[in-house]
Amino acid sequence: MSKIGEVVQRARAAFNLGKTRPLQFRIQQLEALRRMIKEHEKDIAGALTADLHRNEWNAYYEEVVYVLEEIEHVIKKLPEWAADEPVEKTPQTQQDECYIHSEPLGVVLIIGTWNYPFTVTVQPMVGAIAAGNAVVVKPSELSENMANLLATVIPQYLDRDLYPVINGGISETTEVLKERFDHILYTGNTAVGKIIMMAAAKHLTPITLELGGKNPCYVDKDCDLDVACRRIAWGKFMNSGQTCVAPDYILCDPSIQNQIVEKLKKSLKEFYGEDAKKSRDYGRIINSRHFQRVMGLMEGQKVAYGGTGDAATRYIAPTILTDVDPQSQVMQEEIFGPVMPIVCVRSLEEAIQFINQREKPLALYVFSLNDKVIKKMISETSSGGVTANDVVVHNSVHSLPYGGVGNSGMGSYHGKKSFETFSHRRSCLVRPLLNDESLKARYPPSLAKMTRH
Amino acid sequence: MGKAPLGPSVQSDQPAGDAVRMDPFADTLRRLREAFSAGRTRPAEFRAAQLRGLGRFLQEHKQLLQEALAQDLHKSAFESEVSEISITQSEINLALRNLRAWMKDEKVPKNLATQLDSAFIRKEPFGLVLVIAPWNYPVNLTLVPLVGALAAGNCVVLKPSEFSRSTEKVLAEVLPRYVDQSCFAVVPGGPQETGQLLEHKFDYIFFTGSPRVGRIVMSAAAKHLTPVTLELGGKNPCYVDDDCDPQTVANRLAWFRYFNTGQTCVAPDYVLCSPDTQERLLPALQSAITRFYGEDPRSSPNLGRIISDKHFQRLRGLLGCGRVAIGGQSDESERYIAPTVLVDVEETEPVMQEEIFGPILPIVNVRSLDEAIDFINRREKPLALYAFSNNKQVVKRVLAQTSSGSFCGNDGFMHLTLDSLPFGGVGASGMGSYHGKFSFDTFSHHRACLLRCPGMEKIYSIRYPPYSPRKLRVLLMAMEARGCSCTLL
Repeated sequence: MSKIGEVVQRARAAFNLGKTRPLQFRIQQLEALRRMIKEHEKDIAGALTADLHRNEWNAYYEEVVYVLEEIEHVIKKLPEWAADEPVEKTPQTQQDECYIHSEPLGVVLIIGTWNYPFTVTVQPMVGAIAAGNAVVVKPSELSENMANLLATVIPQYLDRDLYPVINGGISETTEVLKERFDHILYTGNTAVGKIIMMAAAKHLTPITLELGGKNPCYVDKDCDLDVACRRIAWGKFMNSGQTCVAPDYILCDPSIQNQIVEKLKKSLKEFYGEDAKKSRDYGRIINSRHFQRVMGLMEGQKVAYGGTGDAATRYIAPTILTDVDPQSQVMQEEIFGPVMPIVCVRSLEEAIQFINQREKPLALYVFSLNDKVIKKMISETSSGGVTANDVVVHNSVHSLPYGGVGNSGMGSYHGKKSFETFSHRRSCLVRPLLNDESLKARYPPSLAKMTRH
Repeated sequence: MGKAPLGPSVQSDQPAGDAVRMDPFADTLRRLREAFSAGRTRPAEFRAAQLRGLGRFLQEHKQLLQEALAQDLHKSAFESEVSEISITQSEINLALRNLRAWMKDEKVPKNLATQLDSAFIRKEPFGLVLVIAPWNYPVNLTLVPLVGALAAGNCVVLKPSEFSRSTEKVLAEVLPRYVDQSCFAVVPGGPQETGQLLEHKFDYIFFTGSPRVGRIVMSAAAKHLTPVTLELGGKNPCYVDDDCDPQTVANRLAWFRYFNTGQTCVAPDYVLCSPDTQERLLPALQSAITRFYGEDPRSSPNLGRIISDKHFQRLRGLLGCGRVAIGGQSDESERYIAPTVLVDVEETEPVMQEEIFGPILPIVNVRSLDEAIDFINRREKPLALYAFSNNKQVVKRVLAQTSSGSFCGNDGFMHLTLDSLPFGGVGASGMGSYHGKFSFDTFSHHRACLLRCPGMEKIYSIRYPPYSPRKLRVLLMAMEARGCSCTLL
């Protein structure tokens, strides 16, 4: 058996021993995870700096704090979530116990990605551990420093058999996917999402796929452009645009395009100064391949701001493109970089049609002071999630499920939804073994009916 | 309109003019997609009208359906009523009563940072849904998923099983008159047609059938990233404790095993008990069988028949396993198999290797509850699991130390009669669930929505760069003071 196979088998054997069943054990592991994060905050920030040019502020604020909150929330709620849930009974089952019993699935595989390499790898772990599973973690090799850090510190705090970290590239991932899991959660791109689902199909493994897409951002004429543009600039350019829920492109009326450009520029200068390259708060592209890819998307476009890059440091200036042609390359793929195309549309209807001609995105944004506009935009489109009058933040509300639809994914997690995703909800009916008089009517050759209500 | 039954697949040397026949479904699917994009299925009134249409179909053609079920499975009027028509009607009524409530945005608790905002989950239809149904409960397992898919506002392609031929005919020819055909189509046919359908993109696929075909469906779905619910099967164990009244247990066991001639995905598949209990169970089972089906079960109107020659041959082969303690007779001309109990069965024999799906109940001996639980846990997670005991602790222990789609203590699949319980499998027995509101939720995309007020900008400004150690300290102090969540976005 391969080394990876052994690791997975060990996790399964540990799960089968029943170690993870008691809530107390799960809570202890989550508390250990919390300690790990607090004691290694500097290391986490260091890894993020090395991988993505992040700093201790956004390391904490855009990654660590999400996970700490999730842990807090889950520890508090776990007894409630794990309890048997009684359900409404029928007249025939009044004397019985009828409830839904939550159970762990078994061994869960979490495949992380590189853009928020801490959060997207560790946050799903929280739910999987809480639900009582063993968890095999495969961080992304592209965020190398974080992958190494996780492989080092997780075993120092969590049960080593139950929660192994497996590092490596495509061949290791392929190897892992040959093993049988009871749930796979994958964060990444659509193409690999299909491969994961195909691999999962062989074992009938349920999956959660957190993929991506081009998240549209419609800016209505009737809106506070200062506020809108500041929020949009914040969400778009954080992590140098490498955020799956970042607004990918703007749709607006041509009459406000220039204002939008000016106000975006203003916010960008407030955030990152005149030369973002000198800002400690501005990120870098993960690797040369993506750097080349994003730079290529600007070719032939009207650059209203930015448009430059430095291959040596993988820096790309915050860039705004105007009057973008929907057929051009920058409108064909998820940008995942600090380039904001503006596409002009003449009406809300045209914007809605534009959005609906394309794959369902992970997120959709609409800025307007007019409730009717917001309502119409939401009801006539589909997406994983929506925020109106802001960007990104629906992601941070525990009680909202986080996931995609169509090409942007399937399934969801965060908060209670994580617990449900990583549990089996088993329907239970327990009757007393009384004698049969009361049930006689259902047996043949009687013709009496077994009615439902 | 409905689709006419399709002929054999087009040969590769057919002339180019047969392009339309080569993809016989393109037009239908395009029509349904266009209707969906135009928003036809969104309004509650439209969905309710479809559900009412379904209800009328059941009422007006009850006899036709009963005859079809009798032809396909020799199903008695009682079984047709109880397990097919009544159940489906209940689901329709439940959906009609609750449709608007289910469709409503579901408000969610907010954290401190979003107190002034509106946060809710919007239930949206996926779009074009494919429902692939099996032959054993061809009305129930075709129409109950349809109820959920229509209630959730989807356009639906229904692929009934070709094995339950008479029922398929009624569904293909009569049902479409009752549901708006711009949003609904029935596609009859066999594995070829199913294969062709699966090459197309659907927004959701709901499949009931075997794990083997479940894998094929999920692989096909993967090409389009289509989410799926798979209602599969397995060998549903039934543990019978020494501490029980054998006749009560035998009555329940027999009824749920031989219902629909054993062709039920949640039927008790095999019994685990001690040799002592086996000795007490056997005469009790014989007594129950005689009481239900008479001295000559073959002439009982309450016992059905096997669906096809292929399954009949398969089941007849299983009669050779272990030793026949009760029954064992069969007649090929009628596809009749007597209610049978097998004993002295080895784990390695075919009857213990595959889902039986017939009126054969093997008894496997175990020496203790621990051994029974180990036996169960060595195998794939089943769709259902049963435990009989006067001692509730025993029942609870079986529940706690195993896993299965669902569980019933001291009875057979009664839990199916509660629409407040989700019905589905786990592991090899399936993924996802449905019935009642769970159907509506299964066929809906749950879209997370946050509507922020455009004001309050001063408060949010703390999140913007440029960052400083001071800003971080201020934020951390604020969070500490509140002692609570503050992804202060």
